Amino acid sequence: MAAQKGFFTDTTLCIGCKACEVACKQWNQLPDDGFLFTAMSYDNTVQLGASTWRHVAFIERPVALSTQDAGAFSWLFSSDVCKHCARAGCLESCPTGSIIRTEYGSVYVQPDVCNGCGYCVVNCPFGVIDRREDDGRAWKCTLCYDRLREDMTPACAKHCPTASIQFGDLDELRRNAKERVEELHGKGLKEAYLYGADAESQPGTGGLNAFFLLLDKPEVYNLPPDPVVPTEKGKAAWRSMAMAVAGVAVAAVGSMLFGRGTQA
Amino acid sequence: MIEGSNMAECHPVGFRWVMKAKERGATIIHVDPRFTRTSAVADIHVPIRAGSDIVFLGGIIRYIVENERYFREYVVNYTNAPAIIADEYSDAEDNDGLFSGWKQDEAKYDIRTWMYKGVDPEPAGGARESESGKKGKPTQRNPIQAEHTDPTLQHPNCVFQILKKHYSRYTPEMVEQACGIPQELFLKVAEALCRNSGRERTSAFCYAVGWTQHTVGVQYIRTAAIIQLLLGNMGRPGGGIMALRGHASIQGSTDIPTLYNLLPGYLPMPKAAHDKDLKTYIGLNKAPSGWWGEFDKYFISLMKAWFGAAATEQNDWCYDYLPTLTGDHSHMNSVTYMADGKVDGYFVLGENPAVGSSNTTLQRKGLRHLKWLVVRDFSLIETAEFWRDAPEIQRGEVKTEDIGTEVFFFPAAAHTEKDGSFTNTQRLLQWHHKAVDPPGEARSELDFFFKIGQRLKKLYQAEYDQPRNWPIRDLTWDYPTKGAIAEPDAEAVLHEINGYTVKDRKPVEGFTSLEADGSTACGCWIYSGAYRDGVNMTARRKPHWEQNYVASEWAWAWPHNRRLLYNRASADPEGKPWSERKRYVWWDEEKKKWDGLDNPDFIVERPPSYKPGKEARGKDTIAGDDPFVMQADGKGWIFVPAGLQDGPLPTHYEPEESLIANPLYGQQCNPLRMEWWRKDNGYHRAYDDPRFPYQITTYRLTEHHTAGGMSRWLTWLSELQPQMFCEVSPELAAERGLKNGGWATIRTIRAQIEARVLVTNRIRPLKVRGRVVHQIGLPYHWSSKGLVRGDAANDLIVFVADPNVSIQESKAFSADIVAGRQGERQKATSGAIVPEIDPMAWQRDLPVARHKPESAHGYKAEETKEGNV
Repeated sequence: MAAQKGFFTDTTLCIGCKACEVACKQWNQLPDDGFLFTAMSYDNTVQLGASTWRHVAFIERPVALSTQDAGAFSWLFSSDVCKHCARAGCLESCPTGSIIRTEYGSVYVQPDVCNGCGYCVVNCPFGVIDRREDDGRAWKCTLCYDRLREDMTPACAKHCPTASIQFGDLDELRRNAKERVEELHGKGLKEAYLYGADAESQPGTGGLNAFFLLLDKPEVYNLPPDPVVPTEKGKAAWRSMAMAVAGVAVAAVGSMLFGRGTQA
Repeated sequence: MIEGSNMAECHPVGFRWVMKAKERGATIIHVDPRFTRTSAVADIHVPIRAGSDIVFLGGIIRYIVENERYFREYVVNYTNAPAIIADEYSDAEDNDGLFSGWKQDEAKYDIRTWMYKGVDPEPAGGARESESGKKGKPTQRNPIQAEHTDPTLQHPNCVFQILKKHYSRYTPEMVEQACGIPQELFLKVAEALCRNSGRERTSAFCYAVGWTQHTVGVQYIRTAAIIQLLLGNMGRPGGGIMALRGHASIQGSTDIPTLYNLLPGYLPMPKAAHDKDLKTYIGLNKAPSGWWGEFDKYFISLMKAWFGAAATEQNDWCYDYLPTLTGDHSHMNSVTYMADGKVDGYFVLGENPAVGSSNTTLQRKGLRHLKWLVVRDFSLIETAEFWRDAPEIQRGEVKTEDIGTEVFFFPAAAHTEKDGSFTNTQRLLQWHHKAVDPPGEARSELDFFFKIGQRLKKLYQAEYDQPRNWPIRDLTWDYPTKGAIAEPDAEAVLHEINGYTVKDRKPVEGFTSLEADGSTACGCWIYSGAYRDGVNMTARRKPHWEQNYVASEWAWAWPHNRRLLYNRASADPEGKPWSERKRYVWWDEEKKKWDGLDNPDFIVERPPSYKPGKEARGKDTIAGDDPFVMQADGKGWIFVPAGLQDGPLPTHYEPEESLIANPLYGQQCNPLRMEWWRKDNGYHRAYDDPRFPYQITTYRLTEHHTAGGMSRWLTWLSELQPQMFCEVSPELAAERGLKNGGWATIRTIRAQIEARVLVTNRIRPLKVRGRVVHQIGLPYHWSSKGLVRGDAANDLIVFVADPNVSIQESKAFSADIVAGRQGERQKATSGAIVPEIDPMAWQRDLPVARHKPESAHGYKAEETKEGNV
C-alpha cells in the first residue's frame, strides 16, 4: 500500500485567487455552475457540489485578526474540498460498492459503478458529495487519483501560488501543521488552530485526510463544529432497533406462549 | 509597502514571494482605497482617498527629514541632495502650487530655472524621451553635473533644504485632512519604514496602475523614489521600487516598444522639428556624461540590424529611412483624430480599447470613423464587433449600415501555441516554448508581421527605383521558418535582438561589444547578451536551490543579466558592503575589480577612488562612487533638474474631477495635465460638483483578464465573477437606498452604466477636510460580448492625461450613483446626461495657468458632421 496522502489547507496563506477552483475544473473537465452573481463577497460558486470540487469561501468579518492593523475587520479565505475522512459516511453508506478507499487513503467514487442512489449524499456530514442533475450519479474530489497514479501533485495544490494548499504524506502534513500552529501562535496569531487533523480532535470522522488550519469557529467557514459520520449513529440506531425488535419478539413469543394459555 | 497596487489579486503568482517574505518576518503594508485580497493578508491596511497619495508619501518624506531618519552617508554620497540649484529657482511653496519658469502663453514650464547652479541647461526642455520637439534649436547637450555642492546639506538652495521646505506643510495633520488617514496610523507606517531602513535593513515599494493612472502619475512614483533614496533603499537587496506591469510582457512592449515615441531600448524617435539629420539626432541624444554617452553605438547598431548592408556611413546608416515625429501621437490624441475622421487605419493587437481604454464611447466613435481596422485576438472582442452590438447600436443611436469601417479579424495564437519570451516586472526575460500548434488559421503575431513584411516587399518591388520605397526594399526580413505551420523561428529574432558582428553574424557578448562604425548590428541594446554565444539565455531554468539566492542562471535579465539595477549602491563609497547582512556587490581590492552575488552594475575595473577629470566625457565621467550610472551625474535624483515637464519635485494636485479643493495650493490640478475639450469629452467641475458627489476608483479582479478578452469567453473564469458590479460601503448604500445584490446606475457627464450592487465593509467612508467622502469601486472587465456581460466602467471616464507619459486618469474621478436600473441609456453618446455646468466656473487652475492655448495640451475638437455623437 502506498503512503497515505492528503491535503493540509493553511487558510492563513490563502489569497483567495481561486486558482484551485479553476485548475480542478480544467483537469477534471467539469462544467460551470451557471453564471450567478450572489452578492456574497467574492463567492459566486457558493458551495462544493457535483461540478465544483474545490470551493473558496470568502468571509468578511467585523472582527480584527490579532496580528493585523486594519480596524475591526478582516477577510478570511478558505479553499474547501472533500475531506477524504478516515471514516467516510459516503463510503460506508454506498450500497453498490462504487465508493472505495484507494491505496492513497483517499475516498474515490467509481463512476462506472455508481447507480445514482444518492445514499452517499445524505451520509456526508460536510455536504460535499453531490449528484449531477443530468446523469444522477454522485461526484466529488478524487484527490486527483489519475494524477497520483502518474506521480503528479493534485491539480489544486499544484496551482496554488502561495502554498495554502499543501499536498503530501499525511504523517508529514500533520507534523508540519502542528509546527505551523505553534509558529503562528508565536507570532501572536493565537486564534490559529487545526480542524480535523486527527481522530483525537474529531472522533466523529476518525480524522480528515484533508484537514485545515482555521482562524475562527468552523461554522464561520461553513464547516460543522462536530461532524459525525451518520453511519456511526447508524450503528447505535441499529443496535437500539435490534433491541427493540428483540423486545417485540420476546413480547410476541411471550404472548404466544402465555396468551394462548390465557385464551385457552 | 504595496501602494497603488492590488498585488495579491492582480499578480497572484508573483505575490507568492510577498507571502514568503511575510513568513520570514517582513511587515506588509497595503495602502489602498479599498480593503482588497492584498489587504486581507497584509499586516497593516491604510485606507486612503484615491488621488491623494502624494500628500501621504510627501508626509513620509517630511517625517524622514524632520526626524533625521535618512541614511546620511547614502544621501550625501549617492544622491543629488548636496547639489545647489540655480538662484532663479523658486518652489511651488512660494507660488501657490506653481514652480518657477511658468510660461503663461505656452502653458508650460521653462525648466531652466530648475537646473544645477552654474550648469548651462539643455535646450528642448530636456524631456529626451517624450518631447515632441516642436520647439527648441538643435545644439549639443551639456553635462548635467552639479557644479556646486554642499555635503553638509545646509546651503539654503541645496536640494536637501529645498526638499525640506517643499514638504514642510505635508504634516501628519495634513495627511489626515487630505487623505482621510488617521494620524496615528500614518505615523505607524512612517515609523515602520524608517525602522526598517539603514545599513542593516531595506524596504521595498510595489506599485501598479493605481499610481500611474493619474494626471500626476509620474510624480507619484517620483515621490516613492525620493523616500527610497532618503532611506538608502535603492540598488540594495530587498529595496527598490517595483513597477508591477499590467499583463504578461507589458515590460517587454516598453523595452521593444509599441510606444509611438521610442525606438527599441529607450532610444527616442527622431523628431521632425529638430532631428534633421543623423549628426543632429546623435548630438542631441548622446549625453556628454554618464552611460548615455554610448548612444551612437546603440543607434547605429540598430540601423545595421534593420537595414543590413544598405546602412552605410555614407548614407548616415539609413537614418533618413526612419519616420519622424511631427507631434503627439499618443493613444488619446490618436483616438480623437480618429473620431474626427483624420485616421484611415488602425491595428489592434492584444488590446480591447472599446472596453479597456478610458471614455470607451469616444473610443468606439473613433473606430466608426476609420476606413479599416485590423484586430487580432482569440475571440471576437468588442473592438472587432463594435459595428454590430456596441451599446450605442443596441440603443439605436447609431446604425450599423452607417458605419463604413472595414474590419479585418485575425485569430491569434495563444502563448502556449508559439515560441517567444515574456519580459516581466523585474526585467527578466523568460522563454516559453510552443506546446501545441495553434488551431485552424490562428497564428502568432510574429508570423503575422513577418508575412505583412513579405507582402509589402512584393507590392513595392516594381517601384524599388524610387527612393521613397527604399526603406521597404532594404529592410532585413529574412527570418528562417520552422515547424508544421512554418512560422518564423523566434530564436532567430532573439539572435537579431541580441546583436551580432556583421562580418560573421556571431552573437555579441553584450552591449559593451557594440560599435558605432557599422561593424555590429543589434535590435535592442538593453537585451544584448540574451543570446550570448548562441545560447538562448532566456530559456535557462536552473532552480534557485542549485545556486545562490540571486539565481542568475534562471532565465536572463536586462541589462547584462543584472538582477538588481544600480547595485553599486549596495556597497559604501569605499566599495565595502554597507553591512554583512545586506552584502551584494563589492570592490575586490586584490583582483582590482567589482565582484558580488550579482553582476555588478558598474564599470567592472573602475576603483571606488576614481575621480573623473574635467575633460572626461561619456562613461569616463562616472566617478568610482557614483552608482546611478544611467544618470548624467551618476547620482540618484531627489530633485529632477531636467527631464520632467510638471515640476522638479512631486507636488500634490487633485485629480481633474475631485470632491474637494486642493488643501495645499491654490492650483487645484496638475497645471500641465493634458485635456481634450470636446463635446464628446465633457468635464465635471474641479470639485464640489453638486451633480457628482461621490468618488470612483476602477480596478480589476483576479478572476478576469483586463478588458476581458482572455476571460469572458471561458466558463471557468466567467462563473467566478459573472457580472459587472459596484462596491459600496453600507453607509453609502443607506444614503442612496442601494440594496446588496440589487441594481445601481452610476453616472458621469460622459455616460451612465448599470451594475449590480455589492455592499461591503471593505469600502469605508473617509473623513476628509471635515466631510465624509464616499468612494465607489468599479471593476472594468465587462462589456457587450462574451459569456458574461455587463456595462463597461470605462464608459464613465474622461480623457485627461499626465503630461510626461500621456497616461489616462482612471483611478479617481467624480460620479453619482442611484438605486435601480435608471433607463435613459440613450444619452450615453448624445452629450451631457445631466445639465452642463461650465466646468471652468470652479477654480481648477491659478489665473496665470488658465486659458491654455489650443494644442498646448491634448487636442481640441473641430466640429464634425456627426455633431455630438
